[in-house]
Amino acid sequence: MRFLVDTGPILFSLRRHRTAATLIVLQIALTCAIVCNAIFLIRERLVRMDRPSGLVEDELLRVRLAGIGTTEGAQALTKRDLDALAAIPGVKSVVSVNMVPFGTSSWNSGVSTIPDDPKSPMNVATYLSGQDLVGTFGLNLIAGRNFQPEEILSFEDTAEPAVAIVSKATAERLFPNQDPLGKALYFGSKHPTRIIGVVELLARPNDWGGRDAVGCSVILPVRMAFGPASYILRVDTDRREEILAQVDAVLEQNSASRILDSKFTYTALRRDYFQQDRSMAWLMFVVSAALLVITALGVVGLASFWVQQRRRQIGIRRALGATRGDIVRYFQTENFILATIGIVLGMALAYGLNLVLMDKYEVERLPAQLLPIGALLLWSLGQVAVLGPALRAAAIPPAIATRTV
Amino acid sequence: MFVYYLELAARSFRRDRALTALMIVAIAFGVGASMTMLTVLHVVSADPIPGHSRDLYYILVDSQRLDSYVPGEEPDFQSTRFDAEAIVRARRADRQAMMSGGNVAIESGRPDLPPFFVSARYTSADFFPMFRAPFAAGAPWTAAEDDGSARVAVITRALAGKLFGPGDAVGRAIRVDGHDLRILGVLDAWQPNPHFWDVSSGRTYGETEQVFVPFSTSRELKLRPEGNMNCWGNEPGPNDNLALDAPCTWIQLWVELDSPDKVAAFHDFLISYSEEQRRAGRFQRPPNVRMRDVLEWLDFRQVVPRDVRLQTWVALGFLLVCLINTVGLLLTKFLRGSPLLGVRRALGASKRSIFAQLLVESGAIGFAGGILGLGVAWLGLFAVRHQPTPYAQLAHLDLPMLGATFGLAIAASLLAGLLPAWRGSQISVASQLKSH
Repeated sequence: MRFLVDTGPILFSLRRHRTAATLIVLQIALTCAIVCNAIFLIRERLVRMDRPSGLVEDELLRVRLAGIGTTEGAQALTKRDLDALAAIPGVKSVVSVNMVPFGTSSWNSGVSTIPDDPKSPMNVATYLSGQDLVGTFGLNLIAGRNFQPEEILSFEDTAEPAVAIVSKATAERLFPNQDPLGKALYFGSKHPTRIIGVVELLARPNDWGGRDAVGCSVILPVRMAFGPASYILRVDTDRREEILAQVDAVLEQNSASRILDSKFTYTALRRDYFQQDRSMAWLMFVVSAALLVITALGVVGLASFWVQQRRRQIGIRRALGATRGDIVRYFQTENFILATIGIVLGMALAYGLNLVLMDKYEVERLPAQLLPIGALLLWSLGQVAVLGPALRAAAIPPAIATRTV
Repeated sequence: MFVYYLELAARSFRRDRALTALMIVAIAFGVGASMTMLTVLHVVSADPIPGHSRDLYYILVDSQRLDSYVPGEEPDFQSTRFDAEAIVRARRADRQAMMSGGNVAIESGRPDLPPFFVSARYTSADFFPMFRAPFAAGAPWTAAEDDGSARVAVITRALAGKLFGPGDAVGRAIRVDGHDLRILGVLDAWQPNPHFWDVSSGRTYGETEQVFVPFSTSRELKLRPEGNMNCWGNEPGPNDNLALDAPCTWIQLWVELDSPDKVAAFHDFLISYSEEQRRAGRFQRPPNVRMRDVLEWLDFRQVVPRDVRLQTWVALGFLLVCLINTVGLLLTKFLRGSPLLGVRRALGASKRSIFAQLLVESGAIGFAGGILGLGVAWLGLFAVRHQPTPYAQLAHLDLPMLGATFGLAIAASLLAGLLPAWRGSQISVASQLKSH
């Protein structure tokens, strides 16, 4: 271990510069703690932003419109809208649905496996659509079948739906280790709703219900009129903008007394929904980068001072036969020792900080594999920062030893 | 003396340009980042109705089913229409108002202005005096209009300008969701943030509603409500969730009470109301009521975005690292200048005056860092305002925050200078002179 031969003299010299050494160790430790947590937060946000919906998002468009006042015959008008939209070239299918993942509104309901249950054991997001929602969303039906025309009700009907398609997450929560097909669900009443199909994944519209509830949803065959519902179009991916531009005119032709509220590609919808997370990730990134730069500059400043202070000693060492490499290695080792102490302290601090965040901000536990990344980052940062001053130290000629005496 | 120390500081800065610049930049970034986030936090957590926030109470009574009752649990966070109407009608508080959000279509009839949606509030007469809404023209409606479901509205100045131009809007008609309403009053610029009266929607910050309609009128005209609704124990079949007796909570209920005695009396009233409802068979649970003033209510509903708090902590952590950095660099700088300090000591300067001189030098760095930090904070807030979050638009650097930025920079640098200045003043005179 040629690298560490200088350890003894270095520790001796550091003891003489206790305050400065303590400060730089403290700075490295704090930087390490903050950067570790920041990287973790960034990762957490990126995972969140990447959350799958189960939908073929790059083929979907969403159009919302609302009538002025109460619209008579809204269901009939909706039917005409859907037909007209489906006739646009490039449109594969269209549905009218009460809500979508990453939309603004959400319909939720308590659901139980027993009738008239006052305390529903779980809460699901209830998607209502009278068209082929599974096909248009591009959901993966892993068991059972899709709805048949005679099973579809209208939102205004008095009957309750007899059948439902559930997400795998819902099925597993309500019927663990059982075949969910044919089982009955109860939405707070005596009326059973039979499960006829299971889709692999259909995300809830939003974060309602927390992390555990994300995939808990059901689809009910209920025809929805525009207004509360929006239209989802499945189209050719590269014709999305072109089709979106035609939507206004097509709908206007059906009825002029409505206002187009919004129209988005699904990609834009997802981007908007996670905007806050994206900002947060960026902020953490910028702060981490700034912290690392400040700390690196701090190391440069301190190392430069020490080099200047030890000019004579360095000259003497050089005169006594130390090579330039020896001098550089001395400063690198010194920095390595300081950084290591800082990192060890920083790890403990990072863990403590994470505990506080877990308590106050519902952050998860810091994964251990993140700590080596933080350590590596600060070690390399220190080595890079100290290189300049170390090289300047190595350039000090041996003659300096003789000069000022 | 102070001026002389400043001169010395200036000379010292010229000696170590890079080091000085580094310290100034570190302080500027630390202070700038902290002030940016503190400004945002200040904006989102400010008292939305200063002077009255302790007199306004959000009211809850528990009307849910007994079979899902958990003793000690909070009532649902909004009221049923039945309870809200009954409590407003009882008039036991100084003022009382029930309300719900909405979204309505406005038709101007002008060819150059196609129909558009605005957010609306369906409420009762006391809303305006209770929340100190300022009128630019006209007046709010009265209890008589509430009782008569009158076709009236109050609109904001912005909407009046959009519809009618600079002319007087009071007395004119506005077409709301296909119904003509007579405008009774126009609100002056008014933007309490957050909109404490309804924190259930996603629009807690930003612009207020633009159209206000009597709640009774909104039900007669079947205007669409918007916001959170929770229903329980529905009969099968089609339910009118907006009906008077629907088992659904969707109404916000506020009262104004200006003394502790009145608060206690109102609490008693809510208990007796609950008992009365229970005897009548409407309530099943034992009386479970809540009264929270504006600030308690905002706190309880955790209205301040968690991310903002988190970001503020991160920024303060950043400032702390910048400070430690500055302490280290100042120490380096002062010790490097110790031969000069030795000379000054030898010529008769006391330890105290050396200490003072070095502190002035630190303070000067803080001053420069403060100026630069203002720039950083300004840029930071500029970036925040370009975020699409609703509260972002409100983040501006006001005069107190400007002063605070400076204060923070100078305080931070003085704090950072304490240890280095002390060490600098403790140098041994003899050894410093000897080596030269």
